[in-house]
Amino acid sequence: MASIVAKFVLAGLAAAVVGAGVAYALTKPDPHPEAYWADLGAPDLARGEILFWAGGCASCHAAKGAEGDALKLMSGGRDLPTAFGTFHVPNISPDPKAGIGAWTVAQFGNAMTRGVGPDGEHLYPSFPYGSYARMTKADINDLFGYLKSLPASSNVAPAHELNFPFNMRLAVGGWKLLYFSDAPRVDLANASEAVKRGQYLVEGPGHCGECHTPRNVLGGFQTGQWLAGGPNPEGEGRIPDITPGSSSIGSWSEEEIVAYLETGFTPDFDSVGGSMVEVQKNMTHLPKEDLAAIAAYLKAIPAR
Amino acid sequence: MKFKMLTAGVMALCLGAGAVFAAGEPQVVRQELMKKIGGSMGALGAIAKGQKPYDAAAVKTALSTIAESAADFPNHFPAGSETGMDSEAAPAIWQNMDDFKAKAMKLSSDAKTVLASMPADQAGVGQAMQTLGAECGTCHQSYRLKR
Repeated sequence: MASIVAKFVLAGLAAAVVGAGVAYALTKPDPHPEAYWADLGAPDLARGEILFWAGGCASCHAAKGAEGDALKLMSGGRDLPTAFGTFHVPNISPDPKAGIGAWTVAQFGNAMTRGVGPDGEHLYPSFPYGSYARMTKADINDLFGYLKSLPASSNVAPAHELNFPFNMRLAVGGWKLLYFSDAPRVDLANASEAVKRGQYLVEGPGHCGECHTPRNVLGGFQTGQWLAGGPNPEGEGRIPDITPGSSSIGSWSEEEIVAYLETGFTPDFDSVGGSMVEVQKNMTHLPKEDLAAIAAYLKAIPAR
Repeated sequence: MKFKMLTAGVMALCLGAGAVFAAGEPQVVRQELMKKIGGSMGALGAIAKGQKPYDAAAVKTALSTIAESAADFPNHFPAGSETGMDSEAAPAIWQNMDDFKAKAMKLSSDAKTVLASMPADQAGVGQAMQTLGAECGTCHQSYRLKR
């Protein structure tokens, strides 16, 4: 009798171990192999700079209130309050100790597109790799080259202060299993070159959906609500719907969207506000055809 | 019948009083001031974009309106007017009232400076738009909520 109980216990333990093993296999960090990032050649710094502004790096990684050239000092340290706790944005300047100066392009690329840190650990999706995952290898290489050309800072940001269970990095693997994807957010049949370029910019480096798409309690995007707006994840107010179904932006022409991104003025001369002020300033560094591509894409997506 | 008439009369009075009451509320006053500034920016923008021909009188009116409205704007944020009437004012205004006032005054004084040198053509108006427009964004970044 005792041996039967023992067998049951053993079988149960074995199942638990196998279960944990399967769970770990499904949720462990999953970087691209080194070979994926090999032979990328010399980066194009001018293209890297456009990606730097398109990606909004400075909006989180520069010091709070930075303007002009100070936007290029990636010292980190800004607080990012969320429902899960407070994130402290890290230093991504070329400082070899405090920043990413000692990283390889493979380490940078896996952080950007796989959410895997330099020591093989999961990164928190407050760093929007869920969007950056769509970036091409060549763009990653150009952006990394540009970041390494910027001034170094020795500032060390404090550790994140997160609530249980979000303070367990392993749990990020479960989040990735549920929500991480590098597939297109919307399927657009017969998309023009401009719409395709806009899709790349908006869904990839621009990471527009990170604020403009409503999330569920676990921080995953609500399905079928791409760019439909919702409560501001950083505090009070609302983030607007930017699909063709929007009660405000839906009626804007493509030219009006471009003018807004260029000047910060809506068609009726209301001005940009909130976090979008920094985004709009970043957009002024993009070539006009890229702004037109963003506008074309925003007109092509499903209305919500 | 008489009672109905009386009720209707009282209700009409109340509605009328309500409208008058709302018109004087600080939330409404400041929204009107912002609309004036936005309208003036629109007038300058139409000239800067070439949608309307350069018109010195229109430019002068727009810049004066911006200068006056911006100077008066921070006077309409008394305690108790934090919310209501679709106010988009951010709580940060009351936490940083000095900075908020300084930003409004800067817009006013910059509009006066532009007015003193008076933009003489479409390009000049475009330049003025950029200067003043950046201040709209800077202030709205901290002090306006979108509801």
